[in-house]
Amino acid sequence: MWSYFLRRVAIGIPTLWVIITVCFFLMRLTPGGPFDFDAPVPAEILANLRAQYHLDDPLWRQYLDYLWNLLRGDFGPSFKYRDFTVTTLIAQGFPVSLQNGLSALVLAIVVGVPLGIVAALAQNTRRDYIVSAAAMTGIVIPNFIMGHMLILIFGVWAKDSIFHLPAGGWENGALTHRILPVLCLALPYIAYLVRITRGSMIEAMRANYVRTARAKGLPFRLVVLRHALKSALMPVVTFLGPATAFLLTGSMVVETIFQIPGIGRYFVQGALNRDYTLVMGVTIISAALVIAMNLVVDMLYGLLDPKVRYDGR
Amino acid sequence: MMAVNLSSPHGAALEAAGEVAGRSLWQDAWRRLRANRAAVVSLIILAIIAVASIVGPYLLPWTYDEIDWDHIEALPPDFALGHYFGTDSLGRDLLARTLFGGRISLTVGILATFVALFIGVAVGAIAGFVGGKVDQVLMRFVDLMYSVPLTFFVIILMVLFGRNFILMFLAIGAVEWLTMARIVRGQTLALRGKEFIEAARASGGSTTAIILRHIVPNVLGVVMVYVTLTIPQVILLESFLSFLGLGVQEPMTSWGMLINDGAAELEINPRTLIIPAVFMTVTLFCFNFLGDGLRDALDPKDR
Amino acid sequence: MAAMGLLAPNGRATGEVRFAGANLLTARESELNAIRGNTLAMVFQDPMTSLTPHMKVGRQLTEVLQRHRGLGKAAARDQAIAMLRRVQIPEPERRFVMYPHELSGGLRQRVMIAMALLCGPRLIIADEPTTALDVTVQAQILDLIRLARDETGTSIILITHDLGVVAGLADRVAVMYAGRIVETGEVRRIFKTPQHPYTQGLLACTPRLDDAATAALRTIPGQPPNLQRLPPGCAYHPRCPYVMDRCRTNRPALLPAAVGGMKACFLDDLHLKAAS
Repeated sequence: MWSYFLRRVAIGIPTLWVIITVCFFLMRLTPGGPFDFDAPVPAEILANLRAQYHLDDPLWRQYLDYLWNLLRGDFGPSFKYRDFTVTTLIAQGFPVSLQNGLSALVLAIVVGVPLGIVAALAQNTRRDYIVSAAAMTGIVIPNFIMGHMLILIFGVWAKDSIFHLPAGGWENGALTHRILPVLCLALPYIAYLVRITRGSMIEAMRANYVRTARAKGLPFRLVVLRHALKSALMPVVTFLGPATAFLLTGSMVVETIFQIPGIGRYFVQGALNRDYTLVMGVTIISAALVIAMNLVVDMLYGLLDPKVRYDGR
Repeated sequence: MMAVNLSSPHGAALEAAGEVAGRSLWQDAWRRLRANRAAVVSLIILAIIAVASIVGPYLLPWTYDEIDWDHIEALPPDFALGHYFGTDSLGRDLLARTLFGGRISLTVGILATFVALFIGVAVGAIAGFVGGKVDQVLMRFVDLMYSVPLTFFVIILMVLFGRNFILMFLAIGAVEWLTMARIVRGQTLALRGKEFIEAARASGGSTTAIILRHIVPNVLGVVMVYVTLTIPQVILLESFLSFLGLGVQEPMTSWGMLINDGAAELEINPRTLIIPAVFMTVTLFCFNFLGDGLRDALDPKDR
Repeated sequence: MAAMGLLAPNGRATGEVRFAGANLLTARESELNAIRGNTLAMVFQDPMTSLTPHMKVGRQLTEVLQRHRGLGKAAARDQAIAMLRRVQIPEPERRFVMYPHELSGGLRQRVMIAMALLCGPRLIIADEPTTALDVTVQAQILDLIRLARDETGTSIILITHDLGVVAGLADRVAVMYAGRIVETGEVRRIFKTPQHPYTQGLLACTPRLDDAATAALRTIPGQPPNLQRLPPGCAYHPRCPYVMDRCRTNRPALLPAAVGGMKACFLDDLHLKAAS
């Protein structure tokens, strides 16, 4: 298992390097840049700025410098927020996004998986239809609509009631400021998890070994929990990999809507401002996170399925 | 899924016969699709939205970028003035803008899906049919791309090359083809061993010819299902970009942009958010139902 | 399946299944659970997929004992290992902690049989227990089933397509076609003087060692009926060589036959004998 883990890490690092390299050259080779000011700027100032950010070095030099700095955990200075380094910005934003993402993920699992099981066990009954239809709705309504709807309902319409929740801002993570963003982030996942769990649970309940378990005279609850559930959870675990990527893109929307200082918002701001170092920094962190999550998922898989051995493949 | 394989048995010699079988097969699927009420209703609604988006803007008294100077405030619906859904905060007709936005969103959705379709089918069919090293390299690449948060790349591309309509669907299409490639490859692998492919090979067909004449037509059913499910995803991605301010540019508009605009005046005027949001959500719903229906129709064994 | 209350949701059973004083078709789930795995056990067709893949074999055995016998962990473990030994699984302690995928098909079927025998059932229903196995393993499993019957005195309902298995193991035979019994009788009688055209057809299809090597395998012409839309009258009539008009409209009842046993056919016995 350890050698498998190390081998996977060994594949992940070049992948990350390819991403970094592609990003870097895309950014540097395209026309336009962070210093395309609306008003004309004296050539000297521009030259000074370029020198300050080492943009006048040869490209290969810039590239190697960037890689070297990355290794030391330095993502370079932000082009727009002049007083900050990208590392500081990420260090500030990442914990916020991580907290929200994890809360949303936990919420999604706690709500989505049981709902999916309930729907599967009641397959083709009214209960199943209601849950499935709600799940479809959750998948179809994009989170930027959902976010605004939540604001409209809880922030505007419920203004004078006890259900009123702040429509935005962070206030250093006050609980009331977290509820709507986390809910907005979690809803699509709940919907996905319901669909996935329902499908895999229906399949598991049809398996021969579940029939064996029932023929043994085990009570239904035990048949479900002990025999069917574990294999039904496999697709759910697989989903956690892509879910990380989804959560990251979701955080762009949610953090923008609710004005939360997380990396998703930084990324969007950076993209709009052509703040290349910031955009690159967030992309690299996100890619690393997704690659790491995929690895974690594969390891988890091994815990659930005794058939998986890490020496093959 | 398997039933689709029947559509071109025994290569060129029997192509005519194959076509007969193929047609009746599609007819069969069509019959099953018509029996699915959710799918039929979805198809009708989609058709209505599509026609309205194409023709509608010409029939309305106002165009999408025309400002009603007498009413530069969000006007509630006013039939006398021809603002059936009212206007936005700049006095532009909301219905005209919603329909025009639908035109852009649908166009991007369909074009980008076709880009994805083209790349995906090509890569999948080649990987599956040629096999060996080629297959390994292509699929490794697909695996690698899967482990990258591609939305970031679309955004980076949009930032770097400007908010360009053509670039947008090319970029989205270039990101969405991965799953298509995997599906087509799987199908092709299953087909490769079939007798009619052997026959085509034995009668001297070149690889390209076999892929184009025998593999591609036979994976069409599965691909169609996937196309129906990809279009809404692309619409979603486009509106996501527009929402972030990285999509099409003013005065052009799309559903995502309208929703973004509407969100800005959420408190005063929720109508400007809700109307485009409803249009878009209904469209996404319909595509999903239609896709599910198509899958059932083409592959009745599945459930 | 019907007897065990394990029919697929779209399955439907008629009549009644009496077992130890209860009608299993109408019994409630909790009543069934007290019987299933306890006094009535089942061995399934496909040992490869009939054991839960993510649970160790031992746990799957002990849970039966814990459930029906109320044993503690240690006692259940001892009994389960003893049972594994009785079904001739070598090194039972080692197998006990293995996962199903680490065992061969034959071993898994032995585990299934051990599982069925655990609570000393009065009846075991074995649904084609050897179909998924190699021929040599088949023989071993059949020996084991025979041994289990002789040692414990349990009754066995063996469902199979394999006439050789029937001849080797069964006392009484019930031949079924399209979900209904068409003939019953003592095993020697069935093989010697089959009374139903379907039984005759089945027996005629069995390849014999003294057949010429070149002889084609015989089959019953026609196809098995669609169980969703059974033909009217006798379900076998479209394929029956002796079909008569009333076979097409009336279903023959299962009645005593002159040579012993029962049959569901309008033909009289003499006719059949002459024809065969």
